[in-house]
Amino acid sequence: MAEHETHRYDVIVIGAGGAGLRAAIEAKARGLSTALVCKSLLGKAHTVMAEGGVAAAMGNVYPEDNWQVHFRDTMRGGKYLNSWRMAQLHAQEAPDRVYELEAWGALFDRTSDGRITQRDFGGHRYARLAHVGDRTGLELIRTLQQKAVSSDIDVFMECKILRLLHDDSGTVSGAVGYWRPSGEAVVFEAKAVVLATGSIGRCYTYTSNSWESTGDGHAMALWAGADVIEMECVQFHPTGMVWPLSVRGLLVTEGVRGDGGALKNSEGRRFMFDYIPEMFREETADTEEEADAWYEDHANNRRTPDLLPRDEVARAINSEVKAGRGSPHGGVFLDIASRRSPEYIRRRLPSMYHQFMELAGVDITAEAMEVGPTCHYMMGGVRVDPESQAATVPGLFAAGEVAGGMHGANRLGGNSLSDLLVFGRRAGAGASDFAEGRDQPPSADPSQVDAVLADALAPFGRDGGENPYDIHHDLQSTMQSLVGIIRTGSELEEALDKLGELRERTAKMSVAGGRAYNPAWNLATDLPSMLTVSTAITQGALARKESRGGHTRDDFPAPDPELGKLNFVQRQTSERGDGAPIHIGPEPLSEMPAELRELLEEGH
Amino acid sequence: MTDAMPEPTPAGAWTATTTGAEVAALDDAGAGPRTFEPGPAEEEEPTVTLRVWRGDPSGGDLVDYTLPSEEGEVVLDVVHRIQATLAPDLACRWNCKAGKCGSCSSEINGKPSLMCMTRVDELPEGPITVTPMRTFPILRDLVTDVSFNYEVARRVPAFAPPPAAPGDYRMQQVDVERGQEFRKCIECFMCQDVCHVIRDHEDNKRQYAGPRFFIRYAELEMHPLDTNDRRELLRQRMGLGLCNITKCCTEVCPEHIKITDNAIIPLKERVVDASYDPVAWLGRKILRRHKRSPEEAAAHPR
Ligand SMILES: Cc1cc2nc3c(=O)[nH]c(=O)nc-3n(C[C@H](O)[C@H](O)[C@H](O)COP(=O)(O)OP(=O)(O)OC[C@H]3O[C@@H](n4cnc5c(N)ncnc54)[C@H](O)[C@@H]3O)c2cc1C
Ligand code: SF4
Ligand code: SF4
Ligand code: FES
Repeated sequence: MAEHETHRYDVIVIGAGGAGLRAAIEAKARGLSTALVCKSLLGKAHTVMAEGGVAAAMGNVYPEDNWQVHFRDTMRGGKYLNSWRMAQLHAQEAPDRVYELEAWGALFDRTSDGRITQRDFGGHRYARLAHVGDRTGLELIRTLQQKAVSSDIDVFMECKILRLLHDDSGTVSGAVGYWRPSGEAVVFEAKAVVLATGSIGRCYTYTSNSWESTGDGHAMALWAGADVIEMECVQFHPTGMVWPLSVRGLLVTEGVRGDGGALKNSEGRRFMFDYIPEMFREETADTEEEADAWYEDHANNRRTPDLLPRDEVARAINSEVKAGRGSPHGGVFLDIASRRSPEYIRRRLPSMYHQFMELAGVDITAEAMEVGPTCHYMMGGVRVDPESQAATVPGLFAAGEVAGGMHGANRLGGNSLSDLLVFGRRAGAGASDFAEGRDQPPSADPSQVDAVLADALAPFGRDGGENPYDIHHDLQSTMQSLVGIIRTGSELEEALDKLGELRERTAKMSVAGGRAYNPAWNLATDLPSMLTVSTAITQGALARKESRGGHTRDDFPAPDPELGKLNFVQRQTSERGDGAPIHIGPEPLSEMPAELRELLEEGH
Repeated sequence: MTDAMPEPTPAGAWTATTTGAEVAALDDAGAGPRTFEPGPAEEEEPTVTLRVWRGDPSGGDLVDYTLPSEEGEVVLDVVHRIQATLAPDLACRWNCKAGKCGSCSSEINGKPSLMCMTRVDELPEGPITVTPMRTFPILRDLVTDVSFNYEVARRVPAFAPPPAAPGDYRMQQVDVERGQEFRKCIECFMCQDVCHVIRDHEDNKRQYAGPRFFIRYAELEMHPLDTNDRRELLRQRMGLGLCNITKCCTEVCPEHIKITDNAIIPLKERVVDASYDPVAWLGRKILRRHKRSPEEAAAHPR
């Protein structure tokens, strides 16, 4: 067997964002030996970038709020494609998970009577997001990191997992990867594995995601024979920076609009009033006066259309730009300067203030920002059991952005951080239950390990091949231009062909230098995941011949009620590993109980 | 400090055995020049030159890379373009490219800086020197071994609030704001890099936590709900006394945390209280009866 070190644990958690940390804390608290593995240093995962807040119906600002309303908002935002059971558990458990963070040292912003305060966000009926200024993700990750460290969880930082391992029966029993600093191979033997690897944003040119978001978990699950669902549902956040080019895609938090910012076109018109969809008409203000009054008084006014769900706002911006009413650099204007005082802006949105000042030379207390859509979030992911987060292959669990179902066709802002906490904990518990039922982690199968390592090291053995950066660049432009925010059948077909060509090119790419901290090689090992995930996104987008949530088809612009009852499930049926065809097929959503259905039908 | 690390010049910039420019000048024979230029450069095209430290624990030197410049770029963009074209294996850490994760710390023209928040057009003209943080051992190129910081983090006793039902804690905004200032820390470790107590005396690493962790202690000390008393621990095992308030840490903090004024000085006052003034100490003990004793906290960090 190729040279490597071996570690044995009851549970290994791959990913140290919010979901992975919470899962590891749970498994460790259950008394199981637990390892936490991540590609970067601890505390640097993408979760650290989350800004606006964590959604939980605590009712601290609006006592009328409760889990039922949160459930309803989540389902409506997701265009009913959500797993209703996940949406229910999420709404019910989120408040306790937030309070738990407080007991672990998190310092949330307060109401005047000393409770955790909550802010408005798109698609949420009441002010519901617990937050710390606009750096909520940092608070969440640091709190969990400190809890994990004081719980004595073993952390493997800068360690990239390449593939999952399985025993003779097909049960997942570990993983193989390498240390980034040295390039040396590592094998984990484990009774249960939790995937918490986050997003896929790096498949696109313009994204708010960190470099780690290469869809490794989505791909590893497929390669292990697990189901993934709703891969066509990618969220483009309406407000990314558009200029300078170097920061194009960087997120501008929805908190700007939650705190009073308004979207305007080049004519100065608040165009969102022209894009209120039927589904939200009843609860959305149709005059500027009402919209502005809503910020102070939610009871007597309807919400501003600037805070419609993200898919609606992103499409509206896209249309304005197409109609020639965009800003100089191809976005639209987001104006808070003329609407709130400089002191208020600096206090409520300190990171945004600095981000624009330092990177674009724009003072957001004095002038409008230029913003446009950016690839932000993956709704699709590993199909899981809502209670335990178990994937469809035994021994495998998934939580956080890599898991699918919770958010349906579109995620509401703030619902991800709460998702990480609620389902991170559940995945940790589910994996612990499974591990407790298993005697020993089976020894790793040398032939599996050797095959994975040989694959990963192959680019070193080739000379004069293509550079992985070029292939990545072309992959990103393919996805950006052909499988972006507005899709059409012929372009999706074209994308599949191009992805096939890209796969052939990766088979010939070469990498020079050594294995130690070699970013070209690291990227080369990320490319198979990105190709697999891009293929699944494109196949899903072709199959869903309708427009729903984050998925918009130019050739099928309306939602199709029949397709709204289906998930598109993808799976590698023939063989495990990279490169095998991915089968796709529709499966009906599970029936929602009558009492939950009633919640959806209620006017409010 | 490892042997491989070049010594800083008095001005604070790196010198190296050879700079790229020198090598190019010496290298008329044409063997293995260490200067990279893209194709035939056009006459007027504006360019940017990064002078990057390349090497590993056994040694290394500065290498010049010149590329056409692009509007609005930060140093990290140029590093990425170098990776994609001239030097695919150039190692550097980064994650968010938004100043939020603290991964891309390095020294730019000798000053600890985040590569993703340093705009090229705001630096003086001429080559931009990019070198790794000099206080930590080199792994490769711009990447250093920062594990020291993670070891110190393990020694910090955990937050310990009094028990309460979910949602029952009450804290005022003014009270949480003190701690929030310190919790803005993105763990870039540049304050650790610049602190002379760590930088100049390898031995101190065993008994000195450094500014990043002084603010962590300060945050816990000032947390309205915390019940631990960590002052003895700070004095004895975290080496608070070694800090002589030079304020270099505060100057480099990208989050503008007033490390010295708001954390270190108040902590020093509290520690002095705790160790030398029995009356004040007793008073505190009575007032803060719910806090664990310092000996207890030191003995059982949780
Ligand atoms: C700028 C921005 C702002 C946001 N704001 C909000 C907000 O206000 N509210 C909200 O609810 N949501 C927000 N989101 C979304 C939210 O932050 C993410 O969905 C969430 O953090 C994902 O967390 P995660 O735990 O699933 O994964 P991540 O935090 O992405 O962590 C993934 C982890 O997996 C590891 N990993 C990946 N692949 C491998 C591998 N092969 N081997 C080993 N380790 C691996 C990584 O190293 C990392 O540790 C925001 C997102 C962005 C980008
Ligand atoms: S003030 Fe103290 S901690 Fe900060 S750099 Fe100076 S000696 Fe180090
Ligand atoms: S205190 Fe400031 S300089 Fe030090 S690690 Fe934190 S953010 Fe960086
Ligand atoms: S890359 Fe995150 S701070 Fe620079």
